[in-house]
Amino acid sequence: MSTQSQEFKSLGLKVAVALAIVVLLAVPFITDIVGGNSALSLITRILIYSIAAASLNFVLGYGGMISLGHAAFFGIGGYVVGLLFVHYTDETPLMGVIPGTNQLLITIPAAIAVSGLLALIIGALSLRTGGVQFIMITLAFAQMIFFFFVSLKAYGGEDGIIVRRTNEFLGLNMRDRLTLYYVILGFWAVFMLALWRLIRSSFGTVLRGMKQNERRMAALGFAPYRYKLYAFVLSGMGCGLAGALMANFLRFASPDMLHWTKSAALMTMVILGGVGSFFGPLLGTAAYLVLETELAALTEYWQFWLGLILMAVVLGTRGGLNALIARGVALIFRGRA
Amino acid sequence: MILILEQLLNGLQYGVMLFLMAAGLTLIFGIMGVINLAHGSLFMVGAYAGTLAAAETGSFWLGIPVALITAAVVGFAIEALVIRRLYARDHLDQVLATFALILLFNQAITWGIGRQPVFIAIPETLSAPVELLPGLFYPPYRLVIIAAGLLVAYGLYLLINRTRIGMLVRAGATNRDMVRALGVDIRLLYTIVFGLGALLAGFAGYMSGPISAVQVGMGEQILLATFVVVVVGGVGSIKGAFVAGILLGVVDTMLRAFLPGILRGMMPADQADALGIGIASMGIYLLMALVLLVRPKGLFAAGG
Amino acid sequence: MKKLLTAASFLALTALPGWADPVKIGMITTLSGPAGYIGEQIRDGFQLAMDREGGKLGGKDIELVVEDDALNPGNGRQIAEKFVNDMDIKLLTGIVFSNVAGAVVPDVVDNGAFYLSPNAAPSGLAGKGCNENYFTIAWQNDSLHQATGAAAKALGYKKAVALAPNYQAGKDAIAGFKRMFEGEVEEIYTQLDQTDFASEMARIRAANPEVVFQFHPGGIGIAFLKQYQQAGLLGAIPMVLSEPSIDGVILNAVGDAAIGLKGTSHWAPDFDNEASKEFVAAWKGKFGDRPLTYYAQQSYDTGLLIASALAKANPEDADAFRTALRAADFKSTRGNFSFGPNQHPVQDWYAVEVVKGADGKPTTVSKEKIIENYGDIYAADCKM
Repeated sequence: MSTQSQEFKSLGLKVAVALAIVVLLAVPFITDIVGGNSALSLITRILIYSIAAASLNFVLGYGGMISLGHAAFFGIGGYVVGLLFVHYTDETPLMGVIPGTNQLLITIPAAIAVSGLLALIIGALSLRTGGVQFIMITLAFAQMIFFFFVSLKAYGGEDGIIVRRTNEFLGLNMRDRLTLYYVILGFWAVFMLALWRLIRSSFGTVLRGMKQNERRMAALGFAPYRYKLYAFVLSGMGCGLAGALMANFLRFASPDMLHWTKSAALMTMVILGGVGSFFGPLLGTAAYLVLETELAALTEYWQFWLGLILMAVVLGTRGGLNALIARGVALIFRGRA
Repeated sequence: MILILEQLLNGLQYGVMLFLMAAGLTLIFGIMGVINLAHGSLFMVGAYAGTLAAAETGSFWLGIPVALITAAVVGFAIEALVIRRLYARDHLDQVLATFALILLFNQAITWGIGRQPVFIAIPETLSAPVELLPGLFYPPYRLVIIAAGLLVAYGLYLLINRTRIGMLVRAGATNRDMVRALGVDIRLLYTIVFGLGALLAGFAGYMSGPISAVQVGMGEQILLATFVVVVVGGVGSIKGAFVAGILLGVVDTMLRAFLPGILRGMMPADQADALGIGIASMGIYLLMALVLLVRPKGLFAAGG
Repeated sequence: MKKLLTAASFLALTALPGWADPVKIGMITTLSGPAGYIGEQIRDGFQLAMDREGGKLGGKDIELVVEDDALNPGNGRQIAEKFVNDMDIKLLTGIVFSNVAGAVVPDVVDNGAFYLSPNAAPSGLAGKGCNENYFTIAWQNDSLHQATGAAAKALGYKKAVALAPNYQAGKDAIAGFKRMFEGEVEEIYTQLDQTDFASEMARIRAANPEVVFQFHPGGIGIAFLKQYQQAGLLGAIPMVLSEPSIDGVILNAVGDAAIGLKGTSHWAPDFDNEASKEFVAAWKGKFGDRPLTYYAQQSYDTGLLIASALAKANPEDADAFRTALRAADFKSTRGNFSFGPNQHPVQDWYAVEVVKGADGKPTTVSKEKIIENYGDIYAADCKM
């Protein structure tokens, strides 16, 4: 690839990012004019899930670790918000020592920290295996956590926790849908920026190198286990952030967030968009949620059509929607694929 | 003592059922390198096909060949239409494609047959409990499942160890590329293995019909446990699937049966029950985690 | 199935321009997966209530919008937002499961819309969490099992084994049963995804109680009942059940293994009142052999309740509509029906028994009344 086309590509990228920022800021006004208020909450959900999907993609696409247990971190993030809220309204301390709170500036870091800690434990054990065994052992840990919360009678068990009021944040009116959207957009932007820098840092380079050839990286003096574990923990923290935002948005946390089908859904979003690409998870999340919403509105047999579309994407494209778009763009600009 | 014996039989029966599912899955995994999430759908297809046939003919036994053949034919079809395109792909594409298959199968059943669970009776001759030992009453249908499972295990043992196909299967599980390089018609081998796996899953599905519910989504309930068996036993190993299936079946049953009672000796009853069933639910996952931490490739990993 | 604008109301609309817009009703329910049959019953029961008036309720044209939540709280919430915010629907119903209700109901009522539950009624929304725009036309989750406890006590049993899955509704079930049974109860918890109960059967036999109570909804309930018979326990130890374990679909799938079971219910297909007879006949006329369950009956009642309120006011006029709903001025298929202070039903509970029906399939017949005018234990905590 010539430097000219590289420059062209990076310019195109900058334009695309600038455009995306403008569009995202303008979303509430667009949906307001078009008259689809639920479109705003759909986009909010896309933002939240794309944080989780991008986090999963960080270990999956860049690190080559196929985790089928990321719902555990997503759910824990949600439950941290839920548990702290319950103890805030009850005015009793959690586990006898931790006071409850409804402040977003406390619950979000707490959710990130707790899910990071959980990822450290699960990752430290799981990374001793690889391949299919890694898929299954991450699933196993997630299932254990799922069963734990299902049997937690004090906090609603299977029925989950209703968070009656969204957490407070800088004195803003968080009941307002617009405000909530912009707050979540803010968190999303910070996360995406951090992820962008992380992937381009030396850490990201080492991680990608390991996916390609672990032995060579080890020979170069990078301990694979340590690097992979760091990546796993960071990824878990990202999912925790997404879970905490989701609990605030839905005002609800339940074991449903921890179920293995949620892990599978996150993985589906990543693969649909394109594994190992920066924008893939966002594309995949958007496509998945929009399909789910629109198809369900059309027919009660919507899962059949969703299945057909997923099948077509996986068999028909190599590298998901991201690759499909990249090929389309290349076709337009160069006249050939 | 009698209670322990009865629970052991129960564990054995559950283990045999898991083995029937896991045997096919582990071969597909080991030989073709395909993660097939839709294996549970074949379980469901077998159950529905057999049940409908039994309702039509009025004979439970006529349902068996129908279940076997339908599951195998559906297996051949999805191998030819979908799975074949996935051999060269990575695990992620396989997961997504077979997940899509689950959606398709569940909706197809909902569409074609309806949402209500379907009724299937136990054959008349096997419905009354028999007294195995003084005081030990046991449903004969479960004994039939155990016997059938052991028979299948023996049949597979002969197939794998005494026939030419079995030799290729063993070779394929150990070193896929080498078999291909030797000029074996690998495509035919793959189709046969997949069809065999589908047939076993359909058999397991139909046999489980009279003791559980024939309904949409029944395959996913047993799918996770089956994957656990495959991984604990070691991918590609029939022997591993057998040992791990029985092991997990017995451990799961025993934990559920006796753990709450044992814990009651140490703590208040309600806490003991909550903790006991909590640990029992996690039991097979806990066991898998432990096995993998000690032997990262499972108990009987088939080389490669 | 997005817009189920019935032909009759469509004609009425076009024939009379300037006539009032139809009242929109949003139904969020579970139509996919193993529990899909429940949502189907709820949808069809409601439609029957509309068919009664040729597609109207309370003399007003109705536009019914149905969507599948796939038993996913997030999906349910998304659909609710669309209904309430975009389609301007003020009246929602249909949810099957408590966890979906938990994510949907608070948001719906906060936006000034009404939610009328045809099935789920979690305790979190019955006591302190009650709301003036939230009504339940089924029962509070606990009451269901309390009635069964009372029935077992009335039958003279003193020693029971109670089984339920190890999750909130399961624990509530056993707690509810114990509250009114008052005898000695050994509790056994199962797993939510369990399909093999051989080990529990052995424990029941070892405990040798006078009666067994079990609560396993849907497919796992079918498995439990079949295995109870196969273990030879059906003739040996009597079993009492609450409603979800003996609904029409389950009985149909269990077959003869269900004959002779005893249970409790707020309704059975043989109820001797006008509304119930009309409903059962309408169901047979439209769906023939398809099993009829109390899910459809509750949904039908929900339709009747809405009709009674719409005859007096529109949902846009929230206060008048709420007052009209509270009056519960309709002929319920279960006979006696009114709302308690938390807008949950106050109703009678009956003993029922499973017998072989005229068509050879098992069905429930009602026996004596066990509890009269019973609400739920959370009503006292509700401050509106």
